[in-house]
Amino acid sequence: MTDSLAIRKFSDLANPTRFLAIAERVLPWLAGLCCLLFALGLTLAFTTEGDYQQGDTVRIMYVHVPAAWLSMMCYSVMALSALGTLVWRHPLADVSHKAAAPLGAAFTLVALVTGSLWGKPMWGTWWVWDARLTSVFILFLMYLGLIALNRAMDDPSRAARVSAVLILVGFVNIPIIKFSVDWWNTLHQPASVIRMGGPTIDPEFLRPLVVMALAFTLLFFTLHIMAIRNEIWRRRVATQRRMAARLAGRGD
Amino acid sequence: MTALLLRDLKLSIRAGGGALIGILFFMTVVAVIPFGVGPDLNLLSRIGPAIVWIGALLAALLGLDRMFQADRDDGSLDLLLMQEHPLVLTVLVKCLAHWLANVLPLVLASPLLGLFMNMSEVAIGAVMLTLLVGSPALTFIGAVGAAVSVTLPRGGLLVSILVLPLCIPVLIFGVSATYAAVEDPAPFLPPFLILTAITMFFAVLGPAGAALALRNAGD
Amino acid sequence: MRLIAENLSAHRGEDLIFSNISFNLTAGEALLLTGRNGSGKSTLLKVVAGLIRPASGAISWQGGRGETGVPVREVCHYLGHRNAMKPELSVAENLAFWRAFLGDRPGGAGLSVGEAAAAVELEAILHLPFGYLSAGQQRRMAFAKLLVAHRPVWLLDEPTAALDSAAEGLFASLIRDHLGRGGLVLAATHQPLDLVAAHRLQMQGFQYAQMEGEIA
Repeated sequence: MTDSLAIRKFSDLANPTRFLAIAERVLPWLAGLCCLLFALGLTLAFTTEGDYQQGDTVRIMYVHVPAAWLSMMCYSVMALSALGTLVWRHPLADVSHKAAAPLGAAFTLVALVTGSLWGKPMWGTWWVWDARLTSVFILFLMYLGLIALNRAMDDPSRAARVSAVLILVGFVNIPIIKFSVDWWNTLHQPASVIRMGGPTIDPEFLRPLVVMALAFTLLFFTLHIMAIRNEIWRRRVATQRRMAARLAGRGD
Repeated sequence: MTALLLRDLKLSIRAGGGALIGILFFMTVVAVIPFGVGPDLNLLSRIGPAIVWIGALLAALLGLDRMFQADRDDGSLDLLLMQEHPLVLTVLVKCLAHWLANVLPLVLASPLLGLFMNMSEVAIGAVMLTLLVGSPALTFIGAVGAAVSVTLPRGGLLVSILVLPLCIPVLIFGVSATYAAVEDPAPFLPPFLILTAITMFFAVLGPAGAALALRNAGD
Repeated sequence: MRLIAENLSAHRGEDLIFSNISFNLTAGEALLLTGRNGSGKSTLLKVVAGLIRPASGAISWQGGRGETGVPVREVCHYLGHRNAMKPELSVAENLAFWRAFLGDRPGGAGLSVGEAAAAVELEAILHLPFGYLSAGQQRRMAFAKLLVAHRPVWLLDEPTAALDSAAEGLFASLIRDHLGRGGLVLAATHQPLDLVAAHRLQMQGFQYAQMEGEIA
């Protein structure tokens, strides 16, 4: 009985109407918490000492690293949703990965832009073609391609299945990004937060970084739930319009 | 005529995001170049203007085949052909709408790609300016190709094959004007003015040729 | 007002589709083209619309107040097999575009978009994208396109395809109204369209047969 309860809860969530009701209740809390964390994170970020080598530009890190982290997490969320679409045929999973693609593209863009702004004073150029930057850029192109694919198809459920396949194929790219630093040791900073033997980054920088990462993650989920809600509404409007067209024919 | 311009713009925004696909193609083409030639920033900044121009040229050709074919598929083209507005003007307006919706975004995206190619600020500005001036010529020449192949079921590739050789002068003067802006001894103005002249020339020849082709493509 | 065709013939590729067709229509008259598939009904309409060049013969238009020398295609509405409407745009946007683009010929004024939709009894769904409509509704909206801009001559190619009988009756009455206002109609159709005093032209492939009914 206990597992059936869990399944019921889960399928409750999958029901769009139920989802809308839950989203209604959860969203204000999520948004509030997100704002709070951002306030805290930004305060911390600007009160800590600048790096003795990099000066104030190191503060870009507090936006850049969380955005880069999210660009990958968003893709993981999409891959999970894609599995949901293909394996469990969840109606909400379709909506979920469609709604996540523009968010992922936005966070990846933020990561690229901040990285570029950071790179200018560090490397003397806006862009270098090292492995990690390049694969993030490819990730960005993949997000845009998915958005374009979704927009090009009329039938939402068919578009969802096709793009789910593409998402899963593209998922191979995520580990390449994560480990590219170790594979091709280049200009870019080697991974330093999560490593065997503990973080090498100074706790001074780590605290605001963690808070900001949490804030960004919450921001993502807030926006994602809102985007799913909008997509459900959009589909309902479309259904009602089709219905209106059919009724107008019957009227006379 | 304004109605036609607005309709075409609305259509390109609502139908499948043609401009987005164009920009994506542009970015992808330019982004794969470094994988081929290697991440040598000096080399990239030297060949950057040419790469961006070629990328823009290919991306501009991408949506051309739909310019008249979409209208033909639903029968609108028949009605457009029947009207008393000079057909040349109708074609010119359609070219303008196509350029605004599909090519102008490429011009606006070119500085970003310039950064990827490690180009200097002057070079980026020069590429953007020459693209802005030269790319309408691509659309006008493309209109002829699109009109010629309008009745063909799979005209997309054929349009590119037909149009690319005709676009070579635009490419030559666009790229040479850009290099002239960067490298000191060569003067910038002569190639730039020739580019402008080419665009103005094809603004007349392109729509006229396309109109003639459309009249004769009737089936 | 008079639409005159003399000795028209048309090729498609090397095939002769029809030859030596002549007719002469004046204000308020309709010509129904009948005949089996492939007998050249659509081609004849396209020739009149100026979309296909005739292999021989000529069509000419004499307007009301001595208006001559106007190409025939400019005084015609052409309703082909395809509806010439964009599925991505709303019905109202489609109609408004054609209203603005086509403009009126002298001697009449087009209806507003709302009035035209009311005339085909679909004013309730003007705001919907055209692609959402059923085939019959799309055809009716395509017909509404003829009402938003004034043209003395209507060329209708199977206007009642995909329509139920109620809508067929609606079309017939709209066509009668147009004739009553002094318009001309050329229609290729299988349905009778119960038009009074309509001329009939039996198309028989390249062997042009005869015209029944009196010729003005």
